[in-house]
Amino acid sequence: MLTAVAAFAGIALASGLLLGYAGVRFKTEGDPIVEQIDALLPQTQCGQCGYPGCRPYAEAIAAGDADINRCPPGGEATIENLADLLGVEPKPLDPEAGEEKPPEVAWIDEDVCIGCTKCIQACPVDAILGAPKQMHTILEDECTGCELCVDPCPVDCIHMVPLEGDIEHWKWPAPDVTPGLEIARLQEGRQSA
Amino acid sequence: MKETPTSRLWEFHGGLRLEGHKALSNRTPVRPAPIPEELVLPLRQHIGAPARPVVEVGERVLRGQVIARPDGYVSTPVHASSSGEVVAIEDRPVPHPSGLDGPCIVIRTDGEDATVEPRPVALDGLDPTEIRNRLREAGLVGLGGAAFPTAVKLNPGPGRGTDLLVLNGAECEPYISCDDRLMRERPEQILAGARVMMQVVGAAHCLIGVEDNKPEAVESLQSALETDGGEDIEVLAIPSVYPTGAEKQLIKVLTGREVPTTGLPADVGVVCQNVGTAAAAARAVHGGEPLTSRIVTLTGHGLREPGNWEVRIGTPIRDLVACAGGYADTVGRLIMGGPMNGFALTSDAPPVVKATNCLLALPEAEVTKPADPMPCIRCGECARVCPASLLPQQLHWHIHGREFEKVQDYALFDCIECGCCDMVCPSHIPLTQYFRFGKSEIWAREQERKKADVARARHEFRQERLEREKREREARLAKKRAAVKKGAGKGSEDKKAAIQAARERARARKQAAEDPPAGDSGSE
Repeated sequence: MLTAVAAFAGIALASGLLLGYAGVRFKTEGDPIVEQIDALLPQTQCGQCGYPGCRPYAEAIAAGDADINRCPPGGEATIENLADLLGVEPKPLDPEAGEEKPPEVAWIDEDVCIGCTKCIQACPVDAILGAPKQMHTILEDECTGCELCVDPCPVDCIHMVPLEGDIEHWKWPAPDVTPGLEIARLQEGRQSA
Repeated sequence: MKETPTSRLWEFHGGLRLEGHKALSNRTPVRPAPIPEELVLPLRQHIGAPARPVVEVGERVLRGQVIARPDGYVSTPVHASSSGEVVAIEDRPVPHPSGLDGPCIVIRTDGEDATVEPRPVALDGLDPTEIRNRLREAGLVGLGGAAFPTAVKLNPGPGRGTDLLVLNGAECEPYISCDDRLMRERPEQILAGARVMMQVVGAAHCLIGVEDNKPEAVESLQSALETDGGEDIEVLAIPSVYPTGAEKQLIKVLTGREVPTTGLPADVGVVCQNVGTAAAAARAVHGGEPLTSRIVTLTGHGLREPGNWEVRIGTPIRDLVACAGGYADTVGRLIMGGPMNGFALTSDAPPVVKATNCLLALPEAEVTKPADPMPCIRCGECARVCPASLLPQQLHWHIHGREFEKVQDYALFDCIECGCCDMVCPSHIPLTQYFRFGKSEIWAREQERKKADVARARHEFRQERLEREKREREARLAKKRAAVKKGAGKGSEDKKAAIQAARERARARKQAAEDPPAGDSGSE
């Protein structure tokens, strides 16, 4: 009896030590699920979800504080990806957060800009170039289209312009065939046959 | 020892025997097209980054003058294709499946066709890099239709020994005959171009593959070879099976070597170029001329006089159609490229670009109306004809369900969009359209992901910077506060002394002003 207890205590102690060592030796930096969620978010850093950036939103989702349907720039595709990752049902975009729009970039009307630097302070990705009392301009390739620079501008010289419609961003359209249509056509065919 | 050509040919999987329709356009020699009133030169006529204009509106330019420089390694310059005045640098309709406008340089020609002095060089002893630079400066791209910068393609990179150059004279797509006419009329140019390219890649041999439905072209090349006496180049007639003119398929047929999936011909020691590109390379090196014109086939029953023309790059298609006698009354569709690989143009306003090998005008009656697609019945015909040995039905299935990760397991990017599967599908499923859609969707998502990664990095950097600035500001403030506190007593003494000294100075100055020096008053 005593030997058994001693043996089990010994095994428990050894396993405990092993686990403790492994915990230190193989410590993971940060929360891997947060990383995975963050990787699926579009990194617009617009804050429409109610959190100050994509990573804080990812942290909130991981903690169970936020729903997965609060990212308008990511839209349906992001919601589906998040649902896949987290093993939950996808749901429609929360209209409270905003609505899904085609991608845009900011554009500064340089004739109107007074060089106040307010937009530069608002830009989450440093995509605006300029200095006090110097004209500002947008680095189009870096702009995420978050719109955070639009409101602070005192002279309303920042406009959002759609990215789609130019040849560089053109995509081959999907064939105009939906599964429902195919089946409907087949059924029609049967009826007439 | 000479082997009989057919004994050493291989076969690729699948393919179709198509009706050629070549006789419509290949009976007459290549005619020069007139210089148009206006040349429209798109800044992007190649795969890669668009060129940057180096001329201004109002500037006079000569034929062969560089008007836009390459932007990056995978890019090519654009040359003026006749002399005249630059009248605009703006968005104009360009030949593109989207029908959208792209940035172009517009030249109003003066009809003089004044040319910049050509700078020919002797090929002997020329370093491969020097030749590549020449070809790059000449604005050379693949003239078979893909328009990949030739200098880049001729640089397989270190560690990839190239022993063979393959020249593609297959021209397997129906209707097109520009390479056929070129091989018949200018075989010496093609051979000279082959030697230029062989010197660049260090290949000892060159095989020219020509479909056996072009016996005149084969004969012409062979007789040119005989006069030339070279043993390093060989012309092979290959069976006319579409798409034998696709790069990987042609290499398979000629050498039996199979280019690995997602690999390049250089992986099997081969570089493949179009015969038209070879001729242009000869002109660039031996003639010192940049690429300002190309042969274009104008064909189809929708045109009154089909044929081949030597056309200045930038000539509006509308002007060219006039050369071919204008449209027949029945014309229904205008296609750039061939009927299998080409795309329909939304108007004839766009210009001829470096990639324009053919303009096909089909009469209304020949335009295939997309039949209503039916569900896939898994007959497997598509897999039987696929020259890339893919499973089109499986690809279609996954793209239809938008399962883009799975599509890549079935090697979607090996699809060459030849259209064979479309042709044989009994359910009339627009398979190629699915594959093009799938590819561009995957590509766009990849770009989006890259952009998101950049945005994340920039955002994190900004957060870090703001954090650091805050820390530094606080540290500065704390230092100041400490200094103020520490030197409260002593500091005020110093200040008093400083104020006292300043007062003294001010008083001295005032005094000096009140009694001016005697010399000054005397002079008044």
